[in-house]
Amino acid sequence: MTMQRARPSLPSDDKRWKIVNATMRRTGYAEHALIEALHSVQDAFGFLDEDAMIFVADSLDLPLSKVFGVATFYHLFMLKPQGRHSCVVCTGTACYIQGAGALIEGLEQRFGVNPGETTEDGALSVMTARCVGACGLAPAVVIDRQVSGKLDSNALNAKLEQEIAQ
Amino acid sequence: MNVDDLEELADKHREEYAAVKTEIRVCTAASCQSSGALPVLEALTTGCDASDHAGCCVKQVGCMGLCSAGPLVAIAAKDAPLDQAQIYRDVAATDAPEILTSAKTGTPMERLHCPTEMPFFARQQRIVLENSGIVDPNSFKGYVALGGYHAMVHALTEMTPAEVIAEVTTSGLRGRGGGGYPTGLKWSTVAKMPATQKYVICNADEGDPGAFMDRAILESDPHRVLEGMAMAAYAIGANKGFVYIRAEYPLAVERLKTAIRKAKRAGFIGHHICETEFNFDIEIRLGAGAFVCGEETALMASIEGGRGQPRPRPPYPAESGLWGHPTLINNVETYANIAPIVREGGDWFAGIGTERSKGTKVFALAGAICNTGLIEVPMGTPLRDIIEAIGGGIPGGKAFKAVQTGGPSGGCIPEAHLDIPVDYDSLKTLGTIMGSGGMIVMDETSSMVEVARFFMEFCMSESCGKCIPCRAGTAQMHGLLDRIVKGEAGRQDLALLEELCEVVQATSLCGLGQTAPNPVLSTLRYFRAEYEQRLLEQAA
Ligand SMILES: Cc1cc2nc3c(=O)[nH]c(=O)nc-3n(C[C@H](O)[C@H](O)[C@H](O)COP(=O)(O)O)c2cc1C
Ligand code: SF4
Ligand code: FES
Ligand code: FES
Repeated sequence: MTMQRARPSLPSDDKRWKIVNATMRRTGYAEHALIEALHSVQDAFGFLDEDAMIFVADSLDLPLSKVFGVATFYHLFMLKPQGRHSCVVCTGTACYIQGAGALIEGLEQRFGVNPGETTEDGALSVMTARCVGACGLAPAVVIDRQVSGKLDSNALNAKLEQEIAQ
Repeated sequence: MNVDDLEELADKHREEYAAVKTEIRVCTAASCQSSGALPVLEALTTGCDASDHAGCCVKQVGCMGLCSAGPLVAIAAKDAPLDQAQIYRDVAATDAPEILTSAKTGTPMERLHCPTEMPFFARQQRIVLENSGIVDPNSFKGYVALGGYHAMVHALTEMTPAEVIAEVTTSGLRGRGGGGYPTGLKWSTVAKMPATQKYVICNADEGDPGAFMDRAILESDPHRVLEGMAMAAYAIGANKGFVYIRAEYPLAVERLKTAIRKAKRAGFIGHHICETEFNFDIEIRLGAGAFVCGEETALMASIEGGRGQPRPRPPYPAESGLWGHPTLINNVETYANIAPIVREGGDWFAGIGTERSKGTKVFALAGAICNTGLIEVPMGTPLRDIIEAIGGGIPGGKAFKAVQTGGPSGGCIPEAHLDIPVDYDSLKTLGTIMGSGGMIVMDETSSMVEVARFFMEFCMSESCGKCIPCRAGTAQMHGLLDRIVKGEAGRQDLALLEELCEVVQATSLCGLGQTAPNPVLSTLRYFRAEYEQRLLEQAA
């Protein structure tokens, strides 16, 4: 007979925890579903904080160090809160050849942030990715999950200003 | 269910669309969606009313190849291949009425016309992409109506597992994920393992930055990949499969999920597939942005929920893979080749391509080239044809400088070698590799030293850190390249760089480290002068 292990209670009454919990339940709280669980935390909250990692570790019966080790290994997982808007500049080969570097420089000049940083007012996070699969539109950027291509630095900055103003 | 029953089912699905004479196909793969395909689809769908446009139907399809000219819309007779279609480029929602009129009257419109006689379309041979841009990727029925799952049902009901493997072996198919390992050989190794639990994995991590073949296949014709995986599972005796796909490809993930759900509901995946004794279930696993997870042992560690770090081989996955069980791992495009091989026979496939590289290869053309997009050509096609004829040459009147193949593990090929046939072995003699099929073209404005630094920066940040030669070596090499680019390095630095290349190549644990020096070595081989020009003039 297998004993049902007690699951930890949700960290708060924030509804989003229920989504995270549902993901883990669906995979039978299996150890190997750790990455799925972290994806669902990030989808729900935008980043992984310590509470979330403790909750996931308890739920899947894993040491916190393992959860932390996995969370820090993968580039997509964010351990800090992100800005209200995000701009991911593709730095894959096609985009590099077509001028991704100039886009990053332009962002730095206009918004004062480097890749991996968020503006002080929390409006914009700038990130990089290795190929977003739209190489035909190089240089590609992903603004709030929408892919845009063939923008030059001025057009990109203008587009972001518009997004932020809205 | 046998082949005749499937044919009956296909007929039934075809009948549902018997009234359709003309298809208005809208590419809604990721690249065209980014250029605005969805509003075009909506405008066409609302504009195409049944009474006024009898016999016309608006249909979502996958990639037609010329992604940089998207959104693309094609008008074609039902099920007609791409080169017999009328293709329109750079379409906007406001063009919908004109397109609908041309579909109705059959008179092509001049504006937006994209000639299919151009080499880009005419010179391709589509096997892997035969349905791409024709079938609706979200439609199980549409796939069956085009003859989909015929190969699988034939294999399950009329062939033994050994016969399936024999067909794949005869075809001469080699892995499309980069290594080029003979697929038949890999399958028979896993098949021979006595274990009862075995796994099949589809590698859809597509980490080479600048390559998008696998994404396009999954977004355009996902059932074909599932069909290939199911035949592989049958051949080796597995009952469970995983598709490991990058999280950066949300549309491919969504379409794959839909395909799995529909195939399951129709009984083509799951228990007693098509009423046979064969069970096979498929699950999706998302990556989380780590290039090294494309390496097979790292990928399996990631599926198991851990850090994606490679481990030494042997044991190979064929002996001890997922959770220690024998595991077959192949690339998306490799699986996509299986259905035509089983359908047409291994001999047919072996008749295409060259002596040691059979079949066709899908390439993603990008960088400084006129026709950016996806192409499929027979192995052995001269590189010059791909760049100049199919790719349309270099834009802006600039001169060609080099083409990079094989991504961070590959190298650059200069003008002098453009006449080489593209196959696994020829590329190797030039110090590069076929890789998964990314081709990045560079014009005279690209600096080769900077390109080498770019790839080294990539390998440095993607190194998993498990072994020292790669972790420390890539950082040192990057530092040296950076100093050369900035004109701060001397002759002894270049010598040190070359020495490091050898050490890292020889002593790294996995393919990432072993091949990280390749872009440096290949640019040194063909563009050494560019390095030397940047050195400080000091005698060694
Ligand atoms: C660093 C590294 C990254 C790799 N990335 C991929 C990849 O993104 N996709 C892929 O199919 N194979 C990739 N491979 C090759 C796989 O390890 C494996 O050989 C391949 O999936 C086998 O499939 P195939 O025989 O069908 O080519 C990579 C290998 C290395 C060393
Ligand atoms: S060669 Fe690099 S990526 Fe591969 S195991 Fe060693 S450190 Fe990790
Ligand atoms: S390299 Fe930027 S989208 Fe592929
Ligand atoms: S994505 Fe539409 S043609 Fe390639």
